[in-house]
Amino acid sequence: MIASFSLILLCQLAGEVIVRGLSLPMPGPVVGLLLLLVLLLARDRFKALARGPLHNDGVENVSRGLLENLSLLFIPAGVGVVQKLELIAAHGIAVLAVLAISVVLTLLATAATFVLASRLLTRGRTGP
Amino acid sequence: MNENPFSLWVFLSQSPLLWLTVTLLTYAVADAVSLVTGRHPLANPVLHSIWIIGAFLLLTGTSYTTYFAGAQFVHFLLGPAIVALAVPLYENRKVVVAAILPMLAALVVGSATAIFSVMLLAEAAGLPRVVVLSLAPKSVTAGVAMGISESLHADPSLAAVAVVITGIMGAIIVTPLMNRLGITDFRARGFAVGIAAHGIGTARAFQVDAVAGVFASIAMSLNALLTSFLVPLAATLLLR
Repeated sequence: MIASFSLILLCQLAGEVIVRGLSLPMPGPVVGLLLLLVLLLARDRFKALARGPLHNDGVENVSRGLLENLSLLFIPAGVGVVQKLELIAAHGIAVLAVLAISVVLTLLATAATFVLASRLLTRGRTGP
Repeated sequence: MNENPFSLWVFLSQSPLLWLTVTLLTYAVADAVSLVTGRHPLANPVLHSIWIIGAFLLLTGTSYTTYFAGAQFVHFLLGPAIVALAVPLYENRKVVVAAILPMLAALVVGSATAIFSVMLLAEAAGLPRVVVLSLAPKSVTAGVAMGISESLHADPSLAAVAVVITGIMGAIIVTPLMNRLGITDFRARGFAVGIAAHGIGTARAFQVDAVAGVFASIAMSLNALLTSFLVPLAATLLLR
């Protein structure tokens, strides 16, 4: 478990180094995600890599454990709302209304685009 | 036990131990309640943990800095959790590769809608410029949104709060909204909540359906990339 968690941290660390070293406009952990994905795919191709955390679902189990509690990880940032009580008193209702309308519009636009695009594609494949 | 209870409180309230325990315990209870209600959207564990802990801090006169000294251990895991998203992505790679084109189309439309709608609405509501800029990256995960608002000289801590509020709203509204519209494709439902409501939406998607969770996590990672480009662009286009 420690080795698997270390591998996850190592990917994040490498991601931060790459992002800062090349001054890429993307978050370090996202590059870490890509690195871990490449490692998992490479393990299937090259048997020599299938050891330690990349063996017997090691890194898979630790990752699942982290993701099962993903909501917990947002609580410390969310409690930061106590620092913004003045702003909420001044503009709270407007801010909440703006965020709520924007969330609904985003959900609708994204889901509709996804459904339409996948329908167009399957029609293109099965059509004459 | 002959120590003054007040001095004991002074000691505890300044120690990271108390605030880490409060964070985990409150979440454990809120999550258990959510499970009992069959994961009802309104029993969202993040929402209820935040107001309970926030009220506790206000009642005890504890500063957010003191609270965060304990809670930072949980906050730190946000980064490793993003790396861990590689695992569901790897396990569902066939489903993902098959849906690559609808995903890219939905990503571009969804990400642009998230940014432009919030900025236009906030401008129309007459909110101060710094608030408009801080709300702009509200659909990406907290660390990324704080980085974006910093680079625009907005308010990173306000951006983080907007991110969490947006996430909670998306997580609450997605299931009833999609059911009412009759969208049954869990790939589309998951992808939409990942774009609109980042990690909190993704956590909700994993509660509902494994495939929805995978598509939400992909959407959240891709949106983190695209939003980093689009927000500075939207800021120059809209706010000149």
